[in-house]
Formats: sequence, structure tokens, C-alpha cells
Amino acid sequence: MKDLRHVRPYGDTWNDGMMQLSFSLPIPFGEEAKETARQYVAKLGLIEPQVVHGVDLGEEMSFFIVYAKATHTIDFTSITVPKIETPVMDFYEINRFIKERIGRKVVVVGACTGTDAHTVGIDAIMNMKGYAGEYGLERYPEIEAYNMGSQVSNEALIRRAMEVRADALLVSQVVTQKDVHIPNLTELVDMLEAQGIRERMIVICGGPRLNHELALELGYDAGFGAGTLAPDVASFIVHEMDKRTQEK
Amino acid sequence: MANKLGLDQAKIDRARKLAGQIADDVMGSIADKTTVAMERTVLRLFGLDGVNEEGIPLPNVLVDAVVKKGKLERGISAWVLNAMLQTGMGIQEIGELVAAGELELTQLPLASDKEIRDRGAKEAQRALDRVRQSREARNERLLSLGEGSKPYVYVIVATGNIYEDVIQAKAAARQGADIIAVIRTTGQSLLDYVPYGATTEGFGGTYATQANFRIMRAALDEVGEEVGRYIRLCNYASGLCMPEMAAMGAMERLDVMLNDALYGILFRDINMQRTLIDQHFSRMINAYAGIIINTGEDNYLTTADAVAAAHTVLASQLINEQLAKHSGLPDEQMGLGHAFEMNPAIEDGFLWEWAQAEMAREIFPNAPLKYMPPTKHMTGDIFLGHVQDALFNLIGVATGQGIQLLGMMTEAIHTPLLHDRQLAIESARYIFNNARHLQDEVQFKQDGRMVKRARQVLDEATETMAGIVQKGLFHALSEGVFADVKRTWEGGKGRHGVVQRAPEYYNPIEEELVRRLSLGTAKEAVVE
Repeated sequence: MKDLRHVRPYGDTWNDGMMQLSFSLPIPFGEEAKETARQYVAKLGLIEPQVVHGVDLGEEMSFFIVYAKATHTIDFTSITVPKIETPVMDFYEINRFIKERIGRKVVVVGACTGTDAHTVGIDAIMNMKGYAGEYGLERYPEIEAYNMGSQVSNEALIRRAMEVRADALLVSQVVTQKDVHIPNLTELVDMLEAQGIRERMIVICGGPRLNHELALELGYDAGFGAGTLAPDVASFIVHEMDKRTQEK
Repeated sequence: MANKLGLDQAKIDRARKLAGQIADDVMGSIADKTTVAMERTVLRLFGLDGVNEEGIPLPNVLVDAVVKKGKLERGISAWVLNAMLQTGMGIQEIGELVAAGELELTQLPLASDKEIRDRGAKEAQRALDRVRQSREARNERLLSLGEGSKPYVYVIVATGNIYEDVIQAKAAARQGADIIAVIRTTGQSLLDYVPYGATTEGFGGTYATQANFRIMRAALDEVGEEVGRYIRLCNYASGLCMPEMAAMGAMERLDVMLNDALYGILFRDINMQRTLIDQHFSRMINAYAGIIINTGEDNYLTTADAVAAAHTVLASQLINEQLAKHSGLPDEQMGLGHAFEMNPAIEDGFLWEWAQAEMAREIFPNAPLKYMPPTKHMTGDIFLGHVQDALFNLIGVATGQGIQLLGMMTEAIHTPLLHDRQLAIESARYIFNNARHLQDEVQFKQDGRMVKRARQVLDEATETMAGIVQKGLFHALSEGVFADVKRTWEGGKGRHGVVQRAPEYYNPIEEELVRRLSLGTAKEAVVE
């Protein structure tokens, strides 16, 4: 009987705790280095560490592959994760929903902000052509989509949003080295709040290192991670708009 | 060169001719212009370096001062050469006086045209002799140390801190890398100046500065001697400072530079006039410095589909080749780009990819083609990613690519960690070694899928170029012919830095490069 209140990693036997790790240590390679790796893994709360492979990386650096067994357990039954609960509709359903429930075009402004030059994320969601067989928002007859591209300042994004009376803002962040995206995302929300317009629009962020939980923490209405397609985002926007209208 | 795909040489010749017409047309529309970046480049090659009190580079200070007087259409050279003649000072002293507000270049009495030209010729000789020396130093090292076999193993470092980059780069060289590329910090391509000094803070990469170039060059020379192999250094001659980067790369003995105006136009929204002028001058410098350029066609497939848009890659490579010839680049320095970006879910995707890579090889037999790894379809599943990279490496060796930019299993997660690079190099070396002569043993069925595919791509590329010849490249770009991105003649960043040349425009570096590269001037290249 699986005890889901005490879950451990699984290798080939329930509760064996088997884990694989690989990492480098900034020390010269040799027997001492392997022993250091073994003891390091033991300190992580893992038992029976086995250094199965080690390489000299040069520059007094060493790489290891280690197997070990975990002892800690997690209560799976107590886990809750905030998720986007609105159902995902397809291209036709979304356009029909907008016509029937909102009764005017939905205006969406998107940008890859800050110094980030990678448009791949915002393009996948917004461009006419879309991604992975799903059209982008520009193709939706009931959506007026503005893709501002990359390296857009938060000021410029807000200015455009006001000009076109945006219902939703989409912010893409691809470069996340040293958490450069966090202050940038926070700044946008701060600026919207300072100008008293935060509640006027749905603010969404997306990127490979983002998720809904982090987005909520940063003051966004939703966050989308890797693998998101245009209908995921559009469904959320239109449902949220509909919900807000009904709450009024 | 083997002709395994049975490509019709007459068709290849026709495609090349069309590309030549497109390139001539481009040259015709840029020949009578200069840019602020081009003029700053001349100052850098004359030896001007350093920044003013506010951290603005002196080449910018001087060029901006002349722009402010509305007198850049003569070129910066006449003004600074005149100042040198009138004051007896060198370029650096003059730069510092202008920065201090103690000298106005356009207010000095003017020396005769002949005096200015004599001095200009002398300064240009000295500048380009320095570049030649750095080229000769590379050749000497290549001769004494030797180099890795092709495909060269190319890896990137991108820590943001030049000193960490050095550790990662030296480790990579010891692991088997032949080329180290230092990725630039995000956003540098849109700076209209070159940052100064050694830097330790960047995002997704490290600032490209002359000091950083020098630090990495010294580190790679040092480790190259230890491992008994010349290690090449790569950086970017791209963005708004294209020719300045090329000049710095020439002086600090870089070996490979990304250099592609089309990339800047499409993916950085840089104004097309600006960057095509900059590209021409920067490629002349690259050519004379013996630097291999890398073009960015691989990027088209990150936005467009690798099957549907394969012909746009070939069309762009052909155009890039013809533009590069105008700048004096020999085939051996043309690292034309392409990429392994097939969706892994496609049946026979490996076959299509192989056919396209072989096609590029056969159409550009002497170019050190730069083959880029999968990025668009890398997901975070590092284990599958490692296999995708393995297939990419197999095609690299099976088609004799020149430069193999190794994929990282952690693509789409983070910039490479130390051991990501180790695992990538280990895998590439295994595959290259195990399949070293595969290309000599394999032939393709002449009525088979792969041969048909390659012929189809060539036909489509020719058709695309015939369309571009009719409209002109600039118009085609505004219609989104490449990468599904649309750009216009007047749009984009850096347009303000384009200056119409006056009849008395003078640029001794350009003149001397034209002479040393045995080129016609840009003007003479125009087809009437």
C-alpha cells in the first residue's frame, strides 16, 4: 500500500529514496576530490552516496555523478499549488466567447521588457503565425494585439497600454540570469500602482523560468511558464475580464 | 568537392548571379553615406582610446562634437588630421583636449588638402600595419602550435564577469574546445558606444570591451601553449558599433566575429541603411585582419519553420556571400550560418536536416560553415536534449561543417555551466572521432528523399532571390521575406547616425583598406 503521506524518491523499489546528482566542485581532481564529493552529498541528508563518475575539468575543477538515497519524506496529500483554474478554450471558442460575453474587441499589448532581447516568447504567443500549430493573438479576429517586441522599457509599455486602452498586458522575460527579471517585473507593477491604473488591466507575465505562483507573489494576475500557447493566455484573459464585469 | 546531391551547377551559378545582383544593388544605395560608428572606427584605428569624465568613450566625444557643428559629412579624419598638423599633438592628446572642452576641431585654421592627405595616408599605414602584425602573429602561432581538426569545436562562455569567463574558457580549452565565444551582455547591440575597461557585471553575457578582448586573448594564448593547440577567440562585430568592434577585434587578435547586418535588421530592429554601411566597413576590417566572420541565418529558423523556411536560409547565405566579396572577404573567412532546428517530432527530420547541411556544404565548398545546434526545440529535458545534440554532431561530421557550435543539454534553462560544456565537448569528440570519415563512405540515392529535398530547397531559394532582384532587397525586407519579420528603409534604431558624404569626404583608412584588399571602391562597384 502506497503511503502518500510519506513520499520519497523512487528508483526501482518503493521508498528506496534513490536520487542521481551531478555537480562540479572547485577543487583539483583526484581521490581527495571524489571523497569530498561523497561527503558533500552525505551532508545534504542523503545516505549511501556512491561517486560513480568523476572528471578533471581543468583549472582545478572537478565534475561528479553521484547516486545516493534520500531519507526525508514529504506529505503529498498536504500539497497545494496555485494554478490557473479557468478552462482553456480553442481559437474559435475564444472568439465566440468575446463576441457573446464581452461584446467588443479585447485589446492586448505585449512586450519583452528591460534589456531582454529575446522575442521568442512574446512572438510565440502574439505573432500572426503563432507557434506549434496554434495561431498567435494577432490572428484572433476579436483581439486587437500589439506586439512591441524586445527591449521595451516599462514606461513605454505603460504609455502604449494607455494609448490603446489595453485590457491586458503581457510581459515576457526570457533572460533570468542572476534574477534580472524580478526587479524588472516588480517595477512594472509598482509603476502601474503608483499611477493608479493597476486595476484597469489584467497583467500577465510569462517566460521559461516563470510560473503562476511566482507571478502572484510579484503582484501579477497570472504567470505562464514554458510550453504555453496563445489559447492558454487568451482563455485566461477573457474569462478574467468576464469575471470582473460580473463582479461589478 | 563531392557532388553527392547531384545539384545542377548551372542552377547554383544562376542563384549566385541573382545574389550578386542583389548585393550590387545594396552597395549602390550605401556608397555615398557614412555613419557615426564608421567615423568612430577611424579614430580607434588612429589610436584614440579612453573615456571622458562621464565615462563616454573619446571616439564618441569627438564625432558627436563634429556632428553638433553639422560637419561630419566631410568625415572625421580631415578634422582630426588637421588638428594634429596644427597642434603637433597626437590623436590621444587631441581627444583629451576636446573632451576637456579646450579644443574645438572645427575652429582651427585648415591645413592644405595635400598636407591632410599626406598625414592621413601615414596614419592609415600605421593603423593597418598594426592589424597586419596581429594577423601575422596569428599565423605564426597557428604554424608553431597547430590547431584542432574540423569541425572546430566552438563553445560559448557567458558568465557576465570577464574573470569568471577566463576560468570557464581555459577549462573548455583543456576539455577540447577550439573556439571560445564570449557572449555579450543582453542589450549591448543597441548601445551606440563601446563600453570601456574590464567588466565584471553583465546579464546573459559579458560586455564586449577592448580590455575584455585583451584579457581573454592572453588567457587563450596561455592555455593554447599548454594544450599545444591554437585556441580561437570569437566575439561580435554586430549591433550599432559593428565596425568599431571589428577594429578592436583586429587590434586584439580575435579570430572569429559574428558579423551580419541582416541579423541586426531583423532581430534587433536596427536601421538597414545604418547597419549595411557599418557592415561593409567592418567586413573590410575583418577581411584584412584575417578574421572569419559568422553570419546569422541560423536565427531565421528560431522564428520561422526549419522545413518551410529552409530556402530563405540559403538565399540569405548567397546574398551574404556576395556582400562579403564586396568587402574583400575570401571564401575561407566566410562562416555562413545555418542550423539544426527541425522539430524532433517530424518523421525523417534527421534526413531533411542532413540533406540541407550537405547542400550548404556543396554550394559553399570552401567556406568554414558555421553550424548551429538545436535551440528552438530544446525543452529542459536535458537527457533528450543531449541526444538531440548528438544527432546534430553526427550531421556536423558527416557533412564536413567548418565550425560546430556545440549544443548544450541545458539550452533553454541557463547559460552553460562548467560541466555542461564538458559533457557537450566529450560527446562531440566521441562522435567526431567515431564517424571521422563517414562523409567519404556515404553516397545518396539519386532518386531518394534527401537528394530531392536538397534540389527543392535550391529551386525555392532561386525563386525567392529572383523575386528579391525585382523588388530590391530593401523592399523585400519590408515584406518579411526573411524570418517572417518586416523592416523598413527608414525604420529601426540608429537611423540618425547615417550621414550623407560630401564630395570632399575623406577616409584614409577606407582608402588604404581598399588598396590593401585590392578592392574597387564601393562607388565603383555600383552597376550602372
